Amino acid sequence: MGAIYRREMGSFFTSGLAYVFLAVFYLISGFFFYNNVIAAGSTNTAPVFSSMFIIVLFLIPILTMRLLSEEKKSRTDQGLLTAPIGLWEIVLGKYLAAMTLFVIAESIIFVYAVILNYLGDVVWVTLLGNYFAMLFLGAAFIAIGLFVSSLTENQMTAAVASMVALFFLYLFDGLITRISNETLYKILAELSFYSRYMEFTQGIFSVPSMLFFLSTAFLFNFFTVRVLEKKRWG
Amino acid sequence: MIEVKNLTKRYGDKKAVNDISFKVEKGEILGFLGPNGAGKSTTMNMLTGYISSTSGQILINGVDILEDPKKAKSYIGYLPEIPPLYMDMTVDAYLGFMFDLKKCKLPRKAHLNDVCNLCKIGDVRGRIIKNLSKGYKQRVGLAQALINNPPVLILDEPTVGLDPNQIIEIRTLIKKLGKRHTVILSSHILPEIQAVCDKIIIINKGVVAADGTADEIAKSITNEHKMTLRIEGNTHTAADKNEITEALKSISGIKYVRADMEREKGIYDYDVEAEEKVDVRRAVNKLCQEKGWNILMMQLSDLTLEDIFLKITMGESIGESKESENKPRPRINLVLDGENTAAAAEPEEAVSDEEASEAESADVTENNDGGEQ
Repeated sequence: MGAIYRREMGSFFTSGLAYVFLAVFYLISGFFFYNNVIAAGSTNTAPVFSSMFIIVLFLIPILTMRLLSEEKKSRTDQGLLTAPIGLWEIVLGKYLAAMTLFVIAESIIFVYAVILNYLGDVVWVTLLGNYFAMLFLGAAFIAIGLFVSSLTENQMTAAVASMVALFFLYLFDGLITRISNETLYKILAELSFYSRYMEFTQGIFSVPSMLFFLSTAFLFNFFTVRVLEKKRWG
Repeated sequence: MIEVKNLTKRYGDKKAVNDISFKVEKGEILGFLGPNGAGKSTTMNMLTGYISSTSGQILINGVDILEDPKKAKSYIGYLPEIPPLYMDMTVDAYLGFMFDLKKCKLPRKAHLNDVCNLCKIGDVRGRIIKNLSKGYKQRVGLAQALINNPPVLILDEPTVGLDPNQIIEIRTLIKKLGKRHTVILSSHILPEIQAVCDKIIIINKGVVAADGTADEIAKSITNEHKMTLRIEGNTHTAADKNEITEALKSISGIKYVRADMEREKGIYDYDVEAEEKVDVRRAVNKLCQEKGWNILMMQLSDLTLEDIFLKITMGESIGESKESENKPRPRINLVLDGENTAAAAEPEEAVSDEEASEAESADVTENNDGGEQ
């Protein structure tokens, strides 16, 4: 797992993908920070996080698109799958590499907090709650992106398909309001990524939501392992 | 070392590999021979655990590849048809990655140096793989397979894309490695298999068509006698050619005569095929004495691997049964200069004994075992 993790990290930076990802993330979060916090004369960082939902949704597929699709295309998966390592090690190595980059990007928020500290009092509890909320959201989204990447050989297909999948999760709340069946609506509402995330930005640290995101992450990593497994039997 | 029992791989209705069984002992070099699409790569992918079999069993060093894949895979070094190279990495970074991936416990620097020296890639270690020539990429692929000194090496067409010098180098290297490792290599280059391998398996349409040493296969396939004659006639003109051809045809037991090229001025070669188990050499001699011709050359030609290969693979495509024994096969008149390929293989065989002493250096790394533990 360590070898794959290190290779992926190296590859993120040599390919320049990491720089693009970080630059875009910093630029947009910086804009939201300036616009919604500093210029608004507030010390509440929650608006930055709520606005970032949609940005993360478009950025994460860029991070995950080539993780497995490229291996298949260049036939390097033969090297991985015939090495004496398990499928979970392959998937987790790649997953954790993407997670690391996401954490590096997201941690910019502490720089903002330090800036904010000069202008007023930072509400650290809300800030940390939001930080972790975004971390959990990223964990789930990256797992979904990695799963989509395992399904195709083309990284552009993987990127677009993951964006569509994640965008669907964003629109999910709007879609289910049309459902008239009360029970069905309640069940589906529980599955909403957006409202669970927004709960966090309102300052509520919800353990069920945290578990929801983390189990989504686990589930999709499990699916990815199954996809790799199934390919051997195909 | 490697035991394969009734291996079958099915893709939908199509059987890519059908009921293949074979055994490779330690230190043997086994050659997989077959036309494109015969199931060579599929078999190799199953042996290495890249894909799984539909049925059958594979034991690597006594370990079932499906039951304990990690352990079985740790015994194998695999060079697939397309080497699994990350184009954006340098050779050094890539080999380091494979070293970690295989959880190699040997002293890192020394082992990587050994592998690089063995594959002669020491001078490109700092370069990005993308920019290397095909020959170098192939050698980096081979180096990757050698990391961790696996007792079993599986090489899928290792000499594809190399220039003649490199091919000879790689072949020599494989022979060297075969002294300590068990090697399975596939190829559709027949002289290569003949030069390198102890045992040959010919695969066609997913089944084993023939199996054994080149000689054994040749014997099992046919008893026919072919020879090449060079006969000097009386007039040294083309009229000789017809006369001699006709005269040879009249000898009982000879069923096919073909006049070949004019090898010396006015003197022609004749390809002669006799019926099974009939020795016509004396009759030919007698005929020439009577006519006053001189036999300048008489050469018996046994079937070469090339002939066998063509016979087996073409025979089947015409719709004959799969087994080679005791069944009539469509006649294929080979125009190949068979003796030459056989002869070309011999010098290399001779060299191999001298290489025995060099074999030590091939596996220096094994001596490093435990150096760091």
